[in-house]
Amino acid sequence: MSITQLVGIFLASILTENYILCKFFGICPFLGVSKKLDTALGMSAAVTFVMVLATAVTWPIYTYILVPNEFEYLQTLVFILVIAGLVQLVEIVLRKYMPPLYNALGIYLPLITTNCAVLGITMLVLDKGAEDPAFGYVASLVNALGAGIGFLVAMVMFAGVRERLESCDIPKSLRGLPITLVSASLVACSFLGFSGIVDKLLQ
Amino acid sequence: MNSILLAVIIVVIIGLIVGVVLAVASVLMAVPVDEKAAEIQEQLPGANCGACGFSGCSGYAAALSKGEAELGLCSVGGQAVIDAIAPIIGAEAVASVPKTAVVHCNGNDDNTSKVTRYQGIQSCMAATQLYGGMGECSYGCIGFGDCMAACEYGAIEVCNGVAIVKPDVCRACGKCVKACPKKLITIEPKKERAIVKCSNCDKGALTRKACKVGCIGCMKCVKTCEHDAVKVVNFHAVVDPEKCVGCGKCAEQCPQKIIFMA
Repeated sequence: MSITQLVGIFLASILTENYILCKFFGICPFLGVSKKLDTALGMSAAVTFVMVLATAVTWPIYTYILVPNEFEYLQTLVFILVIAGLVQLVEIVLRKYMPPLYNALGIYLPLITTNCAVLGITMLVLDKGAEDPAFGYVASLVNALGAGIGFLVAMVMFAGVRERLESCDIPKSLRGLPITLVSASLVACSFLGFSGIVDKLLQ
Repeated sequence: MNSILLAVIIVVIIGLIVGVVLAVASVLMAVPVDEKAAEIQEQLPGANCGACGFSGCSGYAAALSKGEAELGLCSVGGQAVIDAIAPIIGAEAVASVPKTAVVHCNGNDDNTSKVTRYQGIQSCMAATQLYGGMGECSYGCIGFGDCMAACEYGAIEVCNGVAIVKPDVCRACGKCVKACPKKLITIEPKKERAIVKCSNCDKGALTRKACKVGCIGCMKCVKTCEHDAVKVVNFHAVVDPEKCVGCGKCAEQCPQKIIFMA
């Protein structure tokens, strides 16, 4: 797979296949942790890290253990097991080396365990690999990294939107979650504009 | 080999590997748990009211164990909690000054009257939104009992249209202070002192029309006080409970009889 193709995969996973704003995965941390820019950055970094790590571990497990033995149906079970373990590991490391980030993430860090964005990326890259044999290990990792960065882009953008919302005079009935959901849908709409852009860019 | 057995074995092995890695990591990167904070938190009442100024009991416990907070901020627990926590953090037990909430209004149905009829939600907050309430006095107690609903200890009652705090039951958590839309409630130390039961900010003549027991700002109490504890702010008298010694001279002088001794 050429570098151009990898860059294409990377950009596509950030813009056109954005996991939050186009595929609507991982909405829970998107709404929960996007209140402040620094926690949004920390959460996205944790998710990106877990996504790449999870893909790096689940791809070989699937390709070299599950497929040869015809155990594809164990995919979900094994992946959740591995992701849960990885998240626990990230949590232990964070608590040791970055206590402020650990405290800031709070409940959302364990929630990455059940974050469908992480499980989604590990399973969707395998689907892509099944369709296109050229989509191998490296492409999967690039895709996972792109998905994580896409998560970060969405979180940071939305944290900015929410910080501005704080100072707005919002009707009382819309304050809190309602206005957050409305603005989330507007941001998602704006991401529709990216569809097709990446293919054209690399032609 | 039996494929079901193999599937089980694969999952078990993966699980085992994950488990071992986690076990090793948790030992290698163990973080000492703050046992002191946990111990302190057990002694705190667990009301999570925030009267201490921290996010909750756990926040206060953490700050206490690090030595960043003072003893005696927990008004709900009072002296018993101070005595229990002091040995844990190795500090001398300090005497806590018990506090209580005070309603600075005595505009009950005998003393003032209603000018509008209100049929909306039975809540002070809602009634205040509409022309500042129904009473003749726009600063006085609405009497729907938002403070009573906020109180977890049943220490506030609305009696004859005005809220009254029972000082014996009150734990001074401050929830009623936040609930009152008229800002009539304050937290004061429980000692011999004078209490001004009026918060009217209008000039004397207007106040007198609105309520029989309104402060008219005549300054008699200010002149009488030998301890500089009474001031007239916004056309009504305010007693500084820290300076007040409870001599009762201002209460004797008050022509409106709105200063009470507690």
